[in-house]
This record gives sequence, C-alpha cells and structure tokens, in this order.
Amino acid sequence: MCGDANKIDISMECALPISNYPRITLGHGGGGRLMHSLIDRVFKKAFNDPALESAHDGADLPSPQGRLAMTTDSYVVHPLFFPGSDIGALAVNGTVNDLAMCGARPLYLTASFILEEGLALDTLEKVVQSMARNASSAGIRVVTGDTKVVERGKGDGVFICTAGVGEIAHQLAINPASVRPGDAVILSGDIGRHGMAVMGVRESLGFSSSLESDCACLWPSVDALLRAGIQVHCLRDLTRGGLATSLVEISGTGKIRIRINEESIPVTEEVRGACEVLGLDPMYVANEGRFVAFVPANEEDKALAALRGIGPSSGDQIIGIVEAGGGVVMKSTIGASRPIDMLSGEQLPRIC
Amino acid sequence: MKFVDEYRDGDSARGYAALLARITTRPWTIMEVCGGQTHSIVKNGIMELLPDAISLVHGPGCPVCVTPAEILDKAMEIASRPGVIFCSFGDMLRVPGTSRDLFQVRAQGGDVRIVYSPMDSLKIAAENPGKEVVFFAVGFETTAPANAMAVIEAQKRGLGNFSILVSQVIVPPAMEAILSSPVNRVQGFLAAGHVCTVMGYQEYEPIAAKYRVPVVVTGFEPVDILQGIYMCVLQLEKGQSVVENQYARSVKRAGNIPAQEALKKAFRIVRRKWRGIGEIPASGLGLTEEYADFDAEAKFGAVIYGSDVISECIAGLVLQGVKKPLDCPVFGTKCDPDHPLGAPMVSSEGACSAYYRYQPAVKGPA
Repeated sequence: MCGDANKIDISMECALPISNYPRITLGHGGGGRLMHSLIDRVFKKAFNDPALESAHDGADLPSPQGRLAMTTDSYVVHPLFFPGSDIGALAVNGTVNDLAMCGARPLYLTASFILEEGLALDTLEKVVQSMARNASSAGIRVVTGDTKVVERGKGDGVFICTAGVGEIAHQLAINPASVRPGDAVILSGDIGRHGMAVMGVRESLGFSSSLESDCACLWPSVDALLRAGIQVHCLRDLTRGGLATSLVEISGTGKIRIRINEESIPVTEEVRGACEVLGLDPMYVANEGRFVAFVPANEEDKALAALRGIGPSSGDQIIGIVEAGGGVVMKSTIGASRPIDMLSGEQLPRIC
Repeated sequence: MKFVDEYRDGDSARGYAALLARITTRPWTIMEVCGGQTHSIVKNGIMELLPDAISLVHGPGCPVCVTPAEILDKAMEIASRPGVIFCSFGDMLRVPGTSRDLFQVRAQGGDVRIVYSPMDSLKIAAENPGKEVVFFAVGFETTAPANAMAVIEAQKRGLGNFSILVSQVIVPPAMEAILSSPVNRVQGFLAAGHVCTVMGYQEYEPIAAKYRVPVVVTGFEPVDILQGIYMCVLQLEKGQSVVENQYARSVKRAGNIPAQEALKKAFRIVRRKWRGIGEIPASGLGLTEEYADFDAEAKFGAVIYGSDVISECIAGLVLQGVKKPLDCPVFGTKCDPDHPLGAPMVSSEGACSAYYRYQPAVKGPA
C-alpha cells in the first residue's frame, strides 16, 4: 500500500513492473501478463485470425470435404535473415510446400516459437510479420500457436515448429509408389540457390549479392497441374540434400530407376561459381522453392503448359524419364553415365 | 561459365576419346596424381570413354588420405583442450584418427570450427586474445602458400595465441617413391594442375628424364583430363618421356614466384610420414626456425609416430596405384563412407569414396 489517500506524496512512485521490454526475457514465457502481452501485440496482431481471437486452448475449425493431409516441420536457420528470405518465410512455405507435395490445398497452420532470452523484440516482429505475409499469400490460416523462452545461449534466436493441415480434393494417389516406368520427370527451375545464399552469408564468403534464396510457395504450381487434369503420380520438393537426394529417395521408395540428363538441369552462373569455389555439387545443395513432378509421358507437354508462367516455377523442364529397375543414373555433359547416390552426411567444403 | 564450360563440352570430349582410340596400340598404365582429378574422372565417367588398353590408376594426391593417424590424434587432443579454438577445412572433420574424428570432438564440447582459409583463423585469433587458436595446416603445395602467409601475418601482427599444426606434404618425392617401388606399374603421369600452378613444372623434368616417364601437367575438367591422357599416350607410343603442359591457362613453367617465396620463408623441407605409404625422406614441410613459435607441436607437444595398424584395408596400395579400390576385400562391405576403414573412403577426393559414389565401369587389369 502506498499509504493514506489523503497523504500521498506525489514524488513517490511504486516499482511497477516494466512491460515494454525491447528484448525477450524469461518472463515472456512465464504464462503471465508479459506472455499475454507478447501474444496480443506480436502474434495476434500479425496473424489476425478469428481462431486466435478466441484465446482458447485449441482452434475450432470447419472440416473440409475431401481427405486431409497433415505435416509437421521445425525451422532452425542461422542467420535468421538471409538474401531473398528469412526463417519466417521458410517456416510457412516449407510446411505449405509439404502439403502441396501431397496435392493438398493448404488450410491451417500451427506455429510454436522457441525464443532465446535476449532476442530483440523488433527481430521477432519482423519474423512474425514475414510469416503472416507468406501465410496470407499462400492462403493458409495460422490458427493456433505456442511460445516458450529458453535461457540465453540455449537457443539460436528463434526456432519455429509448425504443423500444417491441407485438403486433398482429388482422387489421385500422389506418392512415390504411384510412379511408373515411362513417366516424365519435370524440374521446376534452377537448383542450389537457397543453400548457397545461406552459406554465403553464414560464412561471410562475399558471394555476389545477386545470389538469393529461392524460398517460395509451391501450391500455385501444384494447383495449376491439378486444375489442368494432369494425372500427377508424384511430387517432391527439393529441400535438404537437394535434387540428387530427392530422386534417390523416390527411386528407392517407388522401386523404379530414374534416368536424368545433366545438361537439362538448370544451375545459375552464381550458384555454379560458388559451388566450384567450395568444391560442392549443386545436385546436393538445398532448395526451398523447387520441386520435381512425375507425370505420365503423354501428359508432359500439357503439364509444362499448365506450369508456364506460374510463380517461382517458370523454368520448368523435363530432366529425365522413369524406367523399370532401380537407382538414379545421370548422363554427364560429356556423354558418360554414372549412378547418383545419397551423401553420407552433409557436403563439406574441400581442402583444395 | 568461361574457362569451365569449354572444358566440359561433350563434342570435345568425344573428339579426344576418338583420337585416343586411333593412336593407342598397346596397354598403358597412367596415374593421375591429384585427388581432384580422380574425383573428376570418376564423376564424369571418363574411364567409359577410354580405349580398353588404357588403365588409369589413382595417385596419392588426396591431402585427407595421406595425413597420418598420429597427426589426426594430435589434432583431436589439441581440439579437446579447454581454451583452444581448433580451426580446420571442412573435409578434415570426418577423417578418423585411431578412435574418433573431429566431429565427435566437437560433439563432446571441443571448440572445432570449419574455416575456408587460414586467414579466417587468424581473424578468430585476433578476436579471441584469451584463447589459443590452432589451424590444421593440411595439404600439398596448393595449400602451403596460404598457410605460410598465415604465420607470416601472425608474426607481423604479434598474434602469439595463433599456431598451426603442420601436415604439409609435397608431390615430387611421392612420385619418385612410386616410380622406385619394385611393384610399380605406372608408365606415365598426369601431374596435378593446381600444385603446378604454384610450383611450376621444372622440378618434374629430372623425374621424367631419370625414370623415362612422360609427365603431363593436367587440369581438372573432363576435356582437360582427356587431353592430358591423349598427350601422355602420344608420348608413350612415340617412346618419349618429357614434361608437357596441358593446363597452360593456369600453369607457367616457373610457377607462381610470390607464392613460392612465401612458402620458402615459412617452411623448410622435412621428412614426413604418409598415411598408408610410410615415411618418405624430404617429402614434407615443417616451419622454419623463424616461425617456430607458431608451431602447434611446440606449444602442445610433438606428434609421436608409431607403425600403422595392419587391417584388411588396402589404402596404402590404392594410394600408390598398385591396387584399385574394387580390389579391396572390404570395399563396400565392411568399408563405406558411413564407416570408413581407410582415409580414401572419407574425402570426396579419395579414390575409394569416388568409386563408391560413382561406381565406374572398371577397365584394364586391376
């Protein structure tokens, strides 16, 4: 108590708790007023969804007509912002793309944030606003979330965990088991940009500033294929491990051989140059806005026409065909063939 | 990409393959010295384009492969110490010593950092005056000048907390060791283009003359390598044995003089042990007296060499070109890139790893 109301000394102030911290403190994860203020000021404001406004333990949502697709992913990237994109855009598009690869229209997204004590609130706001922008353009609603704070040194700024739900409104079985000999393999653009852009800033390699991540939402491209009535057999977005790893995975699961042509795989000058310097193979470098589509051979022209001019995937081309057998075989630029395998771990820059 | 695309051109490659088929009248065994060349040969399927009579064997020029286990163990011992920041090129982190690798040291709490240049570790030393920063100076004549510059610069800037763990080797003595071996079957060499960019190729002239072997300084792109093989076979068929330069866009006879001067200032020739091969006199580099203070062995204790543990792995014979990876009884069974028994299975430049990844059609006698 501050004493008798009639005798208040106006020069005396009670030690009210600070609520406008410029940085995340452990209190922001404590479940009290600070956390609620963070949720209101940052998350609810940016995501602006009625499901969040209900401030309930979970979201009560209308269910779609078709089958459901569900996926989950976690995002840890350093630095949080890199040329062409940021962790917020990655978290939304990565999850949306996983749904799209099931042929599912993205509907709902959850977002859990693990924040490191000391993270600037401005930085968090920028990340969340980027998520909101990307979610809005992908047509996915952010309907529920969670916030935890870990002590300084026990995180890397922000980790984001998501789950996504999508609607499958067609009868196709889009997965590796549906791939058939004779299928055409379509690649949706040049490879290796995301991995090299992040490595460029992370290691201060001073690459040209034109090297930007390819991070993008792939649903419009998939939607276009489905709307055109293409009997899509399989879709796979090329993330960690790059094009090579994705093809090896599909070949293994689908029990088919994939024969590709090195000359038909687009790689920009910047990515090639950076890979040359470091002794890396762009076939194994990460992407965040590219996918491969397996379609019946007689529908390849129709599929390419459907994809033409859509979003990030303007550069689609046939890179190979599916045969009976196993493994991935690539015809090199000099005309010899070699098998493509998965790497043991991550690619490491060579000594010389 | 200029200076790259021309040397990956399918028509030029097939042109050299056709020329080779025309001039080859009997079997020849040629060794490419450098691991980068081995990688390119296997990755691009170059052996598929060669006449059956031409057999390529893979040389000892993979820095990861020839670094002795004892030096790796020393590296891990230093990297495990509190107060040390241990810096290395990326592909050394997966190379096993006798019991573990640097990735494991890092997982156990050691401060092990991947750098792209020794100069990066110098920067780390300047930023962390309270810590000892050690750079793992591994490689051939290609990495030596930059490593030399690092200690020269460290001395200039008075960075007493910086040192390098030296495992530098040089190519010509290894070539001589291979040629003087009673089991040698190498008849011609593709010399390593990047080593010669630094050192020039004068030092190969006495070797070509003494052992009567053609030596062709060769680049790394498929057309470079096919042209290098063509020049080498042409000499073999004519009974010649001189040094020629296929990689003239990068290599001059005298090499890069400022790089050689830096190298000579910081390093002197010493006896070195090569993993899988053994000790070769005057085959490596150690720091000169002037830079002895920057020697990690002086700060953290000398490397103690033992004899190599005998295992089923035939890495030593592979590195000398006596055997090919597929001759090894444990290739692809007990030994693969996830569980390497020998260093050539570790680095992408190692012959075994290249064979495992790309499984080439093997030609010629094994």
